Amino acid sequence: MDWNFIIFSLVKIAVVVGVVQGMVAYSVLAERKISAWIQDRVGPNRAAPPFMKYIPVLGPFLTRLGIFQPLADGLKFMFKEDFTPAGVRKIYFWLAPAIAVVPAMLTVAVIPFGSQIGNQHMVIADLNVGILYTFGIVSLGVYGIVLAGYAANSKYPFFGGIRSSAQMISYEISMGMSIIPVLLIVGNLNLSQIINWQSTHGWLVMYAPISFVIFMVASFAETNRTPFDLPEAETELVGGYHTEYSSMKFALFFLAEYSNMVASSAMMVTLFFGGWSLPFFGLDHVAGPGSLGLGIAHILIFVAKLLFFMVLFIWVRWMFPRFRYDQLMDLGWRRFLPLALVNILITAVWLYLRS
Amino acid sequence: MPALPDILFYVFAALTLLCGVLVVANPLSRSPVTSAMFLVLTIISMSGLFVLLHAFFLGIVQIIVYAGAVMVLFLFVIMLLDLKEEARRKFKFFGIGAGLISFAAIVFIMLKSLKSAAPDANNPAGDGDTASLGKLLFTQYTLPFEVVSVLLLVAMVGVILLCKKKLE
Repeated sequence: MDWNFIIFSLVKIAVVVGVVQGMVAYSVLAERKISAWIQDRVGPNRAAPPFMKYIPVLGPFLTRLGIFQPLADGLKFMFKEDFTPAGVRKIYFWLAPAIAVVPAMLTVAVIPFGSQIGNQHMVIADLNVGILYTFGIVSLGVYGIVLAGYAANSKYPFFGGIRSSAQMISYEISMGMSIIPVLLIVGNLNLSQIINWQSTHGWLVMYAPISFVIFMVASFAETNRTPFDLPEAETELVGGYHTEYSSMKFALFFLAEYSNMVASSAMMVTLFFGGWSLPFFGLDHVAGPGSLGLGIAHILIFVAKLLFFMVLFIWVRWMFPRFRYDQLMDLGWRRFLPLALVNILITAVWLYLRS
Repeated sequence: MPALPDILFYVFAALTLLCGVLVVANPLSRSPVTSAMFLVLTIISMSGLFVLLHAFFLGIVQIIVYAGAVMVLFLFVIMLLDLKEEARRKFKFFGIGAGLISFAAIVFIMLKSLKSAAPDANNPAGDGDTASLGKLLFTQYTLPFEVVSVLLLVAMVGVILLCKKKLE
């Protein structure tokens, strides 16, 4: 075992997980602020540590932006009473939040978030089957929700769990089919190789636009976000699968949902929008060991693209009404699946004619 | 000190066997959901064994298909049917006989196919990567592959036929 490899991997894991957690906390704030602006409200603008008001100009400005709200939210989640209702299935009730969070955190392991700094590639694990790994891990995420619905031993969470299992399976198929054209074009399952291909040939969204649309809509369904948030539809199911949860266990479901959003945004950026590369200013080639600035610029580009998709996720939630359940199933099975299959066929024929 | 892959092999093998036993003979719980969850754990530890054999594609597909889709459907059905905890059954002679025969058949097929495959230790076939697996499926194993897919199609058609209420 190479100690260098172990130490650098641990550093990368710590940094990536830390950054994802921070992004989760602040995307909750972004969600609240953006929803407030869309609905002509102000949003969180009060929470602040006590010394903040003595700082002129900057203090009130940061408070008005709600910068300290996530800290207050976190504290609240930790100190609220962790209530376990009578009649729940205890083991699954405790396991479900953990099972929901772990896959959400594991997905980011294969995503290249930058090219190279020094001799280190900016990816935790450069797997040869990177795409399939993310699909495998994402497909395990459904257990957290299903078990939460089952463990609560009450009607509404149960409906949430059942809905979620059917929904996630249906859209996983369209999602898996939608990226096959990408694999046909690039001819590789490794995410770093896919980005390298895009930096020479142009972004894949131009080669496979239908794939991108299906992938994006399916990832909304996979992350249980509006317009497909039927497992937690609050107007029908109280709170859906997490109705009976409180305190930190409830926070873990939130963490899982937003981490999944980060992960699927990162997948969209990587698969269709060139990952860390930009086609201008010579930013499209791998940074060598000597060019530290270029390496950092690549990471910033990746984060910027990621934030764009996070804002898109939030914006869609506050702009579109929820689908009905039969409409959801109809869209998944009768429209997206055939469309994805035709898309594969067209791409294959096009590649055959071109070669 | 043994190498890390060797240790991991014993860990995953033990986990597979332990979880497999707990699926069918769990002394603490007879709940079908618990059995299903242990089956998921069995599948995941089996995919760990595949990865140790450098069959990354097979390992991941195992998780996607079985743990991610088939078992979720199992859970779905268990929950929809609201299965109660299963009572302990008496063993029947016929059941034991049928089980032993099918076990013997599976062992026979496995030994046969292991012998015919005859893995060459010096020249492992393609290191289990996706491209070589695809080539094998579309050249050497085309017929079995297609037969299996027809079998699945027949099963699907059968289910749809049974589910249809009115038959013309």
